[in-house]
Amino acid sequence: RTNSDGKPAKFQPPPKPIIIDKQKQREERRFLSPEFIPPRGRTDPLKFYIERKDMIQRRKVFNIPEFYVGHILAVTTADPYANEKANRFVGICIQRGGKGLGATFVLRNVIEDQGVEICYELYNPRIQAIEVLKLEKRLDDNLMYLRDALPEYSTFDMNMKPVSRLDHEEIPVNKLQVRMKPKPWSKRWERPKYNIKGIKFELPEKIMKEAQKWSQPWLEFDMLREYDTSKIEEKIWKEVSEELKK
Amino acid sequence: SITGACRAIQKLTRVRVVDNSALGNTPYHRPPKCIHVYNKTGVGKVGDTILLAIKGEKKKALIVGHKMPGPTMTPRFDSNNVVLIEDNGNPVGTRIKTPIPYILRRKEGEFSKVLAIARNFV
Repeated sequence: RTNSDGKPAKFQPPPKPIIIDKQKQREERRFLSPEFIPPRGRTDPLKFYIERKDMIQRRKVFNIPEFYVGHILAVTTADPYANEKANRFVGICIQRGGKGLGATFVLRNVIEDQGVEICYELYNPRIQAIEVLKLEKRLDDNLMYLRDALPEYSTFDMNMKPVSRLDHEEIPVNKLQVRMKPKPWSKRWERPKYNIKGIKFELPEKIMKEAQKWSQPWLEFDMLREYDTSKIEEKIWKEVSEELKK
Repeated sequence: SITGACRAIQKLTRVRVVDNSALGNTPYHRPPKCIHVYNKTGVGKVGDTILLAIKGEKKKALIVGHKMPGPTMTPRFDSNNVVLIEDNGNPVGTRIKTPIPYILRRKEGEFSKVLAIARNFV
């Protein structure tokens, strides 16, 4: 190669190829199940450590997939009273509660115009399989308002096929605004204490304004209620991922 | 003394009859209400018999689902469901479309006929 004036040009090495290592990208996305994080309190951390050991033991034997509120799951449980001894239930996860071994999640579905909710314990040995049929997060952490929403938003086919999903990092957020049945509701969802973004409120302006009377804007600045879990999460994440890799 | 809140079925709860019997499905200006629970405590859970007042008549019924959350791994229904029954345990209707919890099967002896007409189990 020569320059424009005829002299040999300085050797320029070719540009380095950029290797997008998908394996590394996947590892970087961490998900720590919320029941591992100990609640704020004065109990001995030893108790949580022993519970975590038991939880990891169970996870080694039985795969609990990563799921959030709003995912559609199919759970098969062992039931002595069911024919074929196994009982399959499909539903949308409305809430995840409890910490440690007593962690629960509630699945909701509408079968034959009858709303059914089942609260399953994650670490119960009766559960034989948990499959994630559809991955999608919703705008809220707690979908209890689906009880007062139109039943079409909670109906899911029992024989739904799992929706295939490429192994990307982002879990899609469904920005669905749910339409509600006429009032009265089981809880006053328009009040700011529930902080619900996933309902399409068709209530008059007067009621929405009146609901704001119960807002407590000072709560988010209350320092005594702060519970920073980032460092605890890091430690527990390291511990859990090391144990699970063994 | 004050009794605590009870969200299962007790006296004067309005219930929903789920089988396809004539008594349960003909409209009446008053909803069917429970007047007695055959239990030591007056609270009826899934699998208990109650006395119902429907259309001015008294009829026994079996509770198949209530709004109160029960033990974990058991279903919780959005309405208090009830199946009409005779005194000897025979169901009045011929078909039950709504889902029935599997736990009812432990009293297979008394309610075998009710379980036989049920179509969906949860």
